[in-house]
Amino acid sequence: GLFVWRLRDAGVRQIPYRFVHLYHKANDRLITFQYFNFLKRMYVTQYNKDLSQQAKPKSDSIVSPYHELQRLDQEKKVAHKISSVSPIQQSWSETSSRNELREMKSAAETEDSVVPVGAESKEDRQWKEMKLRLDDLPGILARLSKIKLTALVVSTASAGFAMAPVPFELTCFLLASLGTGLASCAANSINQFFEVPFDSNMNRTKNRPLVRGQISPLLAVCFAASCGVPGIALLTLGVNPLTGALGAFNIFLYTCCYTPLKRMSIANTWVGAVVGAIPPIMGWTAATGSLDAGALLLGGILYSWQFPHFNALSWGLREDYSRGGYCMMSVTHPGLCRRVALRHCLALIGLSTVAPVLDITTWTFPIISLPINLYISYLGFRFYRDADRSSSRKLFFCSLWHLPMLLLVMFTCKKSVLEKDDKSDLPGRSCERAMEIRLP
Amino acid sequence: PPAHSHSDWIGPPDKHSNLRPIIFYVPPEETALERRLREARQEAQASNQRFWARHNCTFRQEKEEFIYSRLKAKGLEMRDESGQKATLNAEEMADFYKDFLSKNLKKHLQYNRDWYKRNFRITFLMGQVALVRALRWLRQRKKNVEQ
Repeated sequence: GLFVWRLRDAGVRQIPYRFVHLYHKANDRLITFQYFNFLKRMYVTQYNKDLSQQAKPKSDSIVSPYHELQRLDQEKKVAHKISSVSPIQQSWSETSSRNELREMKSAAETEDSVVPVGAESKEDRQWKEMKLRLDDLPGILARLSKIKLTALVVSTASAGFAMAPVPFELTCFLLASLGTGLASCAANSINQFFEVPFDSNMNRTKNRPLVRGQISPLLAVCFAASCGVPGIALLTLGVNPLTGALGAFNIFLYTCCYTPLKRMSIANTWVGAVVGAIPPIMGWTAATGSLDAGALLLGGILYSWQFPHFNALSWGLREDYSRGGYCMMSVTHPGLCRRVALRHCLALIGLSTVAPVLDITTWTFPIISLPINLYISYLGFRFYRDADRSSSRKLFFCSLWHLPMLLLVMFTCKKSVLEKDDKSDLPGRSCERAMEIRLP
Repeated sequence: PPAHSHSDWIGPPDKHSNLRPIIFYVPPEETALERRLREARQEAQASNQRFWARHNCTFRQEKEEFIYSRLKAKGLEMRDESGQKATLNAEEMADFYKDFLSKNLKKHLQYNRDWYKRNFRITFLMGQVALVRALRWLRQRKKNVEQ
């Protein structure tokens, strides 16, 4: 577990520096835009290869409206025959650059990370038979379930499990992780099922399986059901009913509240933050069987983290959100967007200080975590004051390494179980009890 | 798609709507249920295409107008000395994005409702068709075994 965190941490740090370097280069010549995208994809795929499971921190598109207008202009000049019935294969090389635009990954609880498409973009322009090929299926389902995001969600749940003040039980841990993973797959699949025409219109999401017709909506729903039902059942029966209930509630919150709300009101961001906060709570309840203050604190930390993360990301996606009809703070209430991000950066400092009070960690935790919390608050303040692309990007990238570091530090500062009274033994049995009941 | 193909074909994204058009295969012995499904999908596709093509074109047009009016207010031309098209930075465009979103919110709410209804209906029909086909296949197998 620790090894993975460290790798993640190291990998992520490199990217901002390389990005900044590339950004300066690319700014000089517009032609390097395609080259830049190629590089982005290149180091993204390299990053893919290492052990870390974190969703790829896709560098934000550097394309300002200036570049986009340029391209639009070029496209208008090209004579296009658009016929929805034409079976003629068209190679749209002049528009392939537009296709390769990649936007940042958005809030961890909601959006997936884009898989680098690379050579597929040319194939993309051809007519494809809508037939499901079995050897493509694993890849398609991985993208449908946003597997990388799911991995992140499972790791926050494991963090919650690890922080619980009970002796560690491996079977319980594995069951809880698996159940959470399945629930997350189900929720993500349903989300994509609902959003097909909107995803087609946004650059970040236009290569999803349902948008490309690689899988039918029916199959997507069946997959979601076949993940969700066993996942929740596993949590309820194999771990404890409270975790199962939280998992089911989270799926409901994500698919039936957050997804439709995205297009109705800016309240979606707060709902989405709750969705992101629930997995660590689930991890904690899986270990202890009860909803203590510690669980809520961990949930609170993740809840607060979502805001600088997502608000910074959404700052660069305003055009797509506006056109796609998504109600996001960055578009409708930009001042609020930045204020909230800053507010929650500061809240993280507060929450870190509360941790030792609740006996979850020792007092070294707020002290050691103070530098990183102050740093993200500083970036949050810069974002608040400057309100420009560079400060939003800095804040976003910071949030990507800030969270794993914070959780890691929290774990290392965890108050040892041996220091506590014997009564901590009882909650740990909740998982075993559930399993004993199952066995005849 | 080739004439002998027995499946649907999906094409590249449309330039205006960004949606991928589908050409539906009509099997010779298409049942009434299958026909309903196909027609529902065709109708949804046409409706989506209309909405998004018009919406995106409106967006582009209004964006151009906004840029033009802002540039004029600043006393600049559409193209600068190097011949490249002048534009506004992200912060100036933010006003436009906010405006556009609030103007179109109602339209989007209506579209959302329609889309969700259509999506559920199509998926449900797909489920029915799949079930009928599975039963037919099982019956066929049973008949083959008995023979």
